[in-house]
Amino acid sequence: MTCSVSVSREPRVQYLLRVGDTCLVMAQRLAEWCGHAPILEEDIALSNMALDLVGQARAVLTRAGQWSGGLDEDQLAYLREERDYLNLTLVELPRGDFAVTVLRNFIMASFLKLLWHRLQNSSDAELAAIAGKALKEASYHQQHAGDWVLRLGGGTPESTRRIQAALDALWPYVAELFEADAVDEAATSMGLGPRWADLHAAWLDEVPAVIDAAGLALPKESAFRSTGKFGRHSEHLGFILAEMQHLQRSHPGGVW
Amino acid sequence: MSAGAGAGASASARADRVAAAWAVLDTVLDPEVPVVSICELGIVREVLADGAGLIVSLTPTYSGCPATELIEQNVREALGAAGLGPLTMRLQRAPAWTTDWITAEGRRKLREYGIAPPGPADSAQGVAMKFVPRRASPALNCPRCESANTERLAAFGATACKALYRCIACGEPFEHFKPI
Repeated sequence: MTCSVSVSREPRVQYLLRVGDTCLVMAQRLAEWCGHAPILEEDIALSNMALDLVGQARAVLTRAGQWSGGLDEDQLAYLREERDYLNLTLVELPRGDFAVTVLRNFIMASFLKLLWHRLQNSSDAELAAIAGKALKEASYHQQHAGDWVLRLGGGTPESTRRIQAALDALWPYVAELFEADAVDEAATSMGLGPRWADLHAAWLDEVPAVIDAAGLALPKESAFRSTGKFGRHSEHLGFILAEMQHLQRSHPGGVW
Repeated sequence: MSAGAGAGASASARADRVAAAWAVLDTVLDPEVPVVSICELGIVREVLADGAGLIVSLTPTYSGCPATELIEQNVREALGAAGLGPLTMRLQRAPAWTTDWITAEGRRKLREYGIAPPGPADSAQGVAMKFVPRRASPALNCPRCESANTERLAAFGATACKALYRCIACGEPFEHFKPI
């Protein structure tokens, strides 16, 4: 078993890991659909979105690694412990049925689009460049997922029931996206990126309107707070990492 | 005076080398759409003479495009075979690649190959969503029969850069290079 790497606790690194890990874990979840989506076109769509997210994750983790004693993207992805992963809990939840995946994609793409939009002005030129590209991809993902929310909401009684159930199940995890903390604060003050809380208003301008147009009822706010981006995860992340990291842990340095 | 003439000669030799490199790069085809060159796609950002070698800057089309590494390898091989090395390859992310950089010749070749070329990229991208009925989207001409009576079948396609359409007039499916 290869020893795990430890990463810098510097806020700028932690901030990047939140972005990179969220993209990576979400990509892993979307890739699970390959060969299993309800129709071929969506199978291809989900795999394509997973590919964009992996590309974004690679770029961001590469940058985080450069600020973390010269670790590379693979070391960060394959040799970190669960608690050193800083992805949002929302993206590590099981993929569920197609409605859960569609709704999560919509929530996340809407969020990531706003985040990348702001990161284009990052004080770090590399992160700004990554964001310029990722923004185009996230916009396309949002449009696609939003179309599906409307379609499932206005579809059959079965599709309406399922997309509403997805909304009810995922909504409690949304609050975490906009929780503020010292990492956020430090990133903002150094110009690296926005406080995620500052994206909330713009997100609320778009997301509830689509949910409403889909004929769905927005769940009530709950006091529940997930904490994935602080490193405290649901029980699901460990299983993802076990699958994702198995090869590198068993065959250290293996390449193909 | 001879030093000045020598510098002039070497400057023109360098310009020749850069021109030769561009010509070679224009023969390197995109691995996933093997009718257009990487120059026609606008992936090659810059070629500079660097001592006895070259610096080539490439830009990725999509963050996760699996062809990126293959393109780099093909560029190395092509320039190496032409004796234009040693080569330094740079990944240039900013400004982000846009389909607006595909040349007129590239668009013509895409259409001939059966792929509807991209329209102008939306400069407002990333700002607001727009929900429009599918039929109200800008009409795309079928690359086979030129009819504008077409519809989108899928937002994504066989590669990151394409979407799938169908021509209602001639009944043929076709691919569209998405504007980004």
